[in-house]
Amino acid sequence: MKRLDRTTFALLASLVLLLAGGPLLPEWALFLVTNSLAKGLVVLGLLLLMRTGLVSFGQGLYFAVGAYAAGMMPRAPGLSDALALMLAGGVAAGVVAALCGLLLARYRGIFFAMLSLAFSMILYGLLVKTSVLGSTDGFNVAARTVLGVAAAGAYGRYAVFALTVATAFAAGFLLHRFLGSHLGRLAPAIRDNELRVEYMGASVRNVVHLNLVIAGILAGAGGALTGVTVGHIDPEMAYWTTSGEFVFVAILSGTASVLAPFLGSILLELLRSFAYEYSPNTWQLVVGGAMLLVILFLPSGLWSVFGRWRKVLR
Amino acid sequence: MSVILETRELTKTFGAVTAASSISLAIEEDTVVGLIGSNGAGKTTFVNLVTGYLKPTSGAIRYRGRDITALQPRQVTRLGVCRSFQIPQVFDTLTASENLLVAVGIAARHGKKPVEEAPEDAAEAMLLRFGLDRFRGAPAGILPEGVRKLLDIAMALAVKPQILLLDEPTSGVSSEEKFALMDLVLGAIRADRVTVLFVEHDMEIVRRYTQRIAAFYEGRIIADGPTSEVLENPEVRRYVVGEAAVDPC
Repeated sequence: MKRLDRTTFALLASLVLLLAGGPLLPEWALFLVTNSLAKGLVVLGLLLLMRTGLVSFGQGLYFAVGAYAAGMMPRAPGLSDALALMLAGGVAAGVVAALCGLLLARYRGIFFAMLSLAFSMILYGLLVKTSVLGSTDGFNVAARTVLGVAAAGAYGRYAVFALTVATAFAAGFLLHRFLGSHLGRLAPAIRDNELRVEYMGASVRNVVHLNLVIAGILAGAGGALTGVTVGHIDPEMAYWTTSGEFVFVAILSGTASVLAPFLGSILLELLRSFAYEYSPNTWQLVVGGAMLLVILFLPSGLWSVFGRWRKVLR
Repeated sequence: MSVILETRELTKTFGAVTAASSISLAIEEDTVVGLIGSNGAGKTTFVNLVTGYLKPTSGAIRYRGRDITALQPRQVTRLGVCRSFQIPQVFDTLTASENLLVAVGIAARHGKKPVEEAPEDAAEAMLLRFGLDRFRGAPAGILPEGVRKLLDIAMALAVKPQILLLDEPTSGVSSEEKFALMDLVLGAIRADRVTVLFVEHDMEIVRRYTQRIAAFYEGRIIADGPTSEVLENPEVRRYVVGEAAVDPC
């Protein structure tokens, strides 16, 4: 039997630990971890884009599309299960990413960043003007069941948590495998030297487009799960500050491992929660200060700490 | 021998500047051909035209009889026309081994994968063939220039070309190392009977490794034929080699 690589082992260990430890967590912590992992899915997509040399300031677009698609699913049995909502969110965001990607895949650098931001702000503008979707107030999202378990109550909360953990594990594992495949290896190659990739016979635009769709699907699934966890969605999900927060987490966590986005997302939520608790008027200052410290002392993100430890232990 | 690559009346102008003027050249299969000329003579423009980076103002390019004039670089590459670069174009943050894995992976996707050979094995074989095995784990960005040059050529060969265009393979390499490098490069390339077309300024290299030469001057070919004959051509000696032609009177 083939040996598990370090990342797969860490993913499996995290899955078991979270699923086993979930019932022991207080309600607030269960919510925080669920919400963080759902947002971590968006950052996981950003990791793929950043490895391709692209920084998107518009992942809020797919996040919101996923959430609204989930929220608009019919209330029929089966279709209102959290799993169905998540799949609907992922598919809808994937389709939107495929369409936007036709244009986005042509641009790089600041032009790509601004165009992606512009797309997300177009959706934001549409959502705040659409009264049938709740306008600026948004609307409530409630899954009737989660994997067949009634969504209400403590069991329901744990079921949403378990679904989110399982989704994060599956997404992390599949992306890890993808990054180790031929197509995945093209991502850093494109970041380093697009001209050479073309001169070896590969289409840079097609690979970028594919990566945009993958990132879109992940963001959509994350948006749907956030909607189910929080129970409410609104146009802020497509606002540029939401997209900026995903970039913030991606920089905070680093792009060295598929585990990093989830770790970074949980740490940010913890930091924000405690900063808000103890410094309600200046919590942004605390979060900004933490970011500054990471950029100064860990420019490759929090995950680089593990790399440094490994070097020391050798 | 059949013609693998042919250009007909190939012309490229940039505004008032003519970089290539009516270049007609037929390259036969399984040969090593040198392109010589002073700076700005049109050699690299010719390579850029053939590999699809530049589109000609007029004229045609044929590969095995097929018109490839309008094709993009990746389409030209997929057909079997590959190139290396004067300034090595490698993936700086990837290791030498990963650079070759990318190349092998692309070749495999286009049906050029060796039978039952794992990509890692194919990349390792290429590292060994070019003597790059001791650099396999080093990021390409920190490798010495000569090693980067070899890696650049190895990546082009890993894509399984039928004809390989090398742009100044010995530039940036010391005079002591240039013959060893060319022996290694041409040995590795010719083992697969790949046709080679290379741009070179060093006449010692050209004399030693080519069967035929096309000499460029001001965007046109002033001589084309067997190496020894072209190097003795008075026009070539005057405009390319840089020696005054001997006046018999």
